[in-house]
Amino acid sequence: MGKPRVKVPKSAAAGDVVTIKTLIKHKMESGQRKDKDGNKIPRKIINFFSATFNGTEVMSVNLHGAVSTNPFIQFDMTVPETGDLAFKWVDDDGTVTETTKTIKVG
Amino acid sequence: MKKLLSTVACGLVAMSLGQAAFADADDHKLSVDGVAISTDAKPMEGGPLDELISGWRFRSKETQSLQTDDFDNPSFVFVEDGEALFAAVDGSEGKSCSNCHEDVAEFAGLRPTLPRWNEAKGKLYSMEQYINDCRVDRMGADKWKWTGSNMTAMTSLISLQSRGMPISVATDGPVAEAYEQGKEIFYTRVGQLDMACANCHEDNYGAYIRADHLSQGQINGFPTYRLKNAKMNSIHARFKGCMKNIRAEPYKPGSAEFQALELYVASRGNGLSVESPSVRN
Repeated sequence: MGKPRVKVPKSAAAGDVVTIKTLIKHKMESGQRKDKDGNKIPRKIINFFSATFNGTEVMSVNLHGAVSTNPFIQFDMTVPETGDLAFKWVDDDGTVTETTKTIKVG
Repeated sequence: MKKLLSTVACGLVAMSLGQAAFADADDHKLSVDGVAISTDAKPMEGGPLDELISGWRFRSKETQSLQTDDFDNPSFVFVEDGEALFAAVDGSEGKSCSNCHEDVAEFAGLRPTLPRWNEAKGKLYSMEQYINDCRVDRMGADKWKWTGSNMTAMTSLISLQSRGMPISVATDGPVAEAYEQGKEIFYTRVGQLDMACANCHEDNYGAYIRADHLSQGQINGFPTYRLKNAKMNSIHARFKGCMKNIRAEPYKPGSAEFQALELYVASRGNGLSVESPSVRN
């Protein structure tokens, strides 16, 4: 997994609906392909993504096959208060990549 | 049955040639994060094209929109790789790019002038060669492959610094010979399909082929992220792909032939804005 990219507004008014964009560099090897010698290339994808605001889960996704390389996930959320938005990506091999952004209210 | 099939195929080819329908480029306006970038330009006096149109205008609006926001633009994953490489120490001299070039922004204005004549080396130079010269002579590092991922990450980062500037390559003086060679390649039919660059990108741009609209073959957006292979594509890699499509034996990326073609094709787009790193099908 590469370095994640997230686009989160630095500030918002309480109750505002904001758009969050995330993108992470990942090959998303489907498990369907074969290498030059005809051996199956094992599946290696990001199988879980979540966004948590001040400890409360905002959204989470279970990813399966047929998700493109470098997955881009966008969602809207309501900002109730100042807080930290924590993102988490989980790889098939167990690697967890995390990043956090702060949204200020007021 | 086989014969029947081939007859039908011939009929289809004849029909599509007969129609020669043009789907013109659309009139959408490109702006990236609110900064407008023109996607057309007036051609040179006596040039082969009546109008210069960026390949962006031939894409579907979904593909176009990917380029209007640097977050949505997948190229920026690779630009960030380029930034890391720019700062990374490599080679026997213990140096990184940033030891000599403090800020990558100093390369603003370089991309529109390439390829150009390198007086010291006495030959035509593309960005890839300048990068490799630095790596070998100053850093004592290994050359990067012309179309490799490190190279395209670096050329994407350097090209980005010139985004919005008009392409302006010199075609006279010491590069005149290469320019003529490139022009010759552009108009010479090759391969089993017996086609020249011009047959598609001059005679038929806008038409639909291979599930895509033919562009004018402008290179103002390179390196370009292609949705089909989800990575940055160099100019020479694209030339190679085109030649394979017409069942010709491609020149090698980095060869004098492709450099000459790069110069000629760049000159056909003199005046178009640099869009690198762009998004295309």
